[in-house]
Amino acid sequence: MTTETTTQAVIEARNLDLVFQTNDGPVQALRDVNLTINKGDFVSFIGPSGCGKTTFLRVMAALEQPTGGEITVNGMSPDEARRQRAYGYVFQASGLYPWRNIARNITLPLEIMGYSKAEQKKRLNEVLELVELSGFEGKYPWQLSGGMQQRASIARALAFEADILLMDEPFGALDEIVRDHLNEQLLKLWARTNKTIAFVTHSIPEAVYLSTRIVVMSPRPGRITDVIESPLPKERPLDIRDSPEFIEIAHRVREGLRAGHGDDV
Amino acid sequence: MKTMVAVLTVLTVIIAFWYAACLPMNIKGVLTQAERAGAEVVPVGAKERRDLGAIGLVLGNQFAIAATWSQDRPRLPAPHQVAVELWKTTGAMVLKGKPMSKRSLIFHGWVTLSATLLGFAMGTGLGILLAVGIVHSKVMDMSVMPWAIVSQTIPIIALAPMIIVVLYSVGVQGILPKAIISAYLSFFPVVVGMVKGLRSPDAMQLDLLRTYNASANQGFWALRLPASMPYLFTSLKIGIAASLVGAIVGELPTGAVAGLGARLLGGSYYGQTVQIWSALFAAAILAACLVALLGVIERVVLKRMGMSA
Repeated sequence: MTTETTTQAVIEARNLDLVFQTNDGPVQALRDVNLTINKGDFVSFIGPSGCGKTTFLRVMAALEQPTGGEITVNGMSPDEARRQRAYGYVFQASGLYPWRNIARNITLPLEIMGYSKAEQKKRLNEVLELVELSGFEGKYPWQLSGGMQQRASIARALAFEADILLMDEPFGALDEIVRDHLNEQLLKLWARTNKTIAFVTHSIPEAVYLSTRIVVMSPRPGRITDVIESPLPKERPLDIRDSPEFIEIAHRVREGLRAGHGDDV
Repeated sequence: MKTMVAVLTVLTVIIAFWYAACLPMNIKGVLTQAERAGAEVVPVGAKERRDLGAIGLVLGNQFAIAATWSQDRPRLPAPHQVAVELWKTTGAMVLKGKPMSKRSLIFHGWVTLSATLLGFAMGTGLGILLAVGIVHSKVMDMSVMPWAIVSQTIPIIALAPMIIVVLYSVGVQGILPKAIISAYLSFFPVVVGMVKGLRSPDAMQLDLLRTYNASANQGFWALRLPASMPYLFTSLKIGIAASLVGAIVGELPTGAVAGLGARLLGGSYYGQTVQIWSALFAAAILAACLVALLGVIERVVLKRMGMSA
């Protein structure tokens, strides 16, 4: 862990456990998870399905309750942080309301949080520009491509200026070309806004390209097997993915995933 | 074009079948009349003919075929007889300048329609309120839903007289008892449809609202209610047809003098089958128009909401 005094822990998990009671008996979704995410970090969670990466993200968002250990978000319990609207959450599906146009979809959280009309308009224009959707505010979701819909859903999560962005495989349903483009955009956005991002993915190149830190997880029980600090610079053009450093990290992630898989490949 | 041909073919087959059905249904009456008028009928005597097959009689007395389609009081009136009666009691009345005459189906149709619309409005309102309660409260879900289902298992024809008698004894009469019976039938599809519609948002949508720390009230107006609109319209179409049935049934036990139900009842008292059939068709046409109107409103509303695609 970094020893710099200026870094500030945003999310801290200590000995976190989560057991789901299912019809087939208890399932250990998370076991003894320890992790600190600092302000401005871009942390990716990668691992096979069932490794608990989405569950961990949902615990941060207070959408799941841990059964053991401790977790704080901005120094509070996740539920307090949720009530203070400390984070924006982006799901794999855009979840835009078909009966609202893009502008009114993006201002949905602002309406709920009671922002004034003028403030809504101002923030709408800011985030539309951030995700490069200016000019599309009057369109309905079905008039937009899948990639544009997902950008709109990111804009919606950014609209209320939470410091933390929790993203659960946001580009998982998109094709590779669109995904590359959105990854590039997301990095620019992260650089401009200085948000703390927790990002769940199952794509190794995506994780390596985006992150300052990569958390490798493995299933049964869901646990962290490796945390890789990325030596890549903050400025990352797409072709950095052909550099030896990139390939080396990707290799280490792949090794970590293989080791975590153990005997049940 | 192809579908048009297919639709017309089906219609032609139905009408041809109807005309054909008039032959065996009406032949005995026609032959009795013809015999009285002095025609030669095989076999002679109504008594002899009584136990014979109708189709055999038609084949043996082919001169009588045309008459089976033009009797005054046939068992089964022919399509053109019903059409003529419908015209005489609607369009012709309008041309004579007496659209609201006691013999006009427009008059009777309006009497039934007004009760239908009032009952539909009451039933829809009640249905939506119950659905909102059921979705928001587990207690209501467990205590109201079974009763709503039970209410629909009682034949309305048995219940309608009770409702009218009870309401009459507390001084309520006129349009309201009919509207209540109508509401009784139409609230149910609205409850079922709206409960399904209000519950249609998936877990992800609800999680998203949770991350905004939205209240149940905000979730209702922003997500649940708009998401339920397509379900609501489907229910309304079923509900309005049920409302019309309710209003007609409500007219039967009171011996009402006005309304499509009264026309049905009057027709059966006096053996006026043509009148019964024309009232039936008037009811069917009215129901079709109401459902079509709701379909138009549905298209406009969902299009404006951006949900038509």
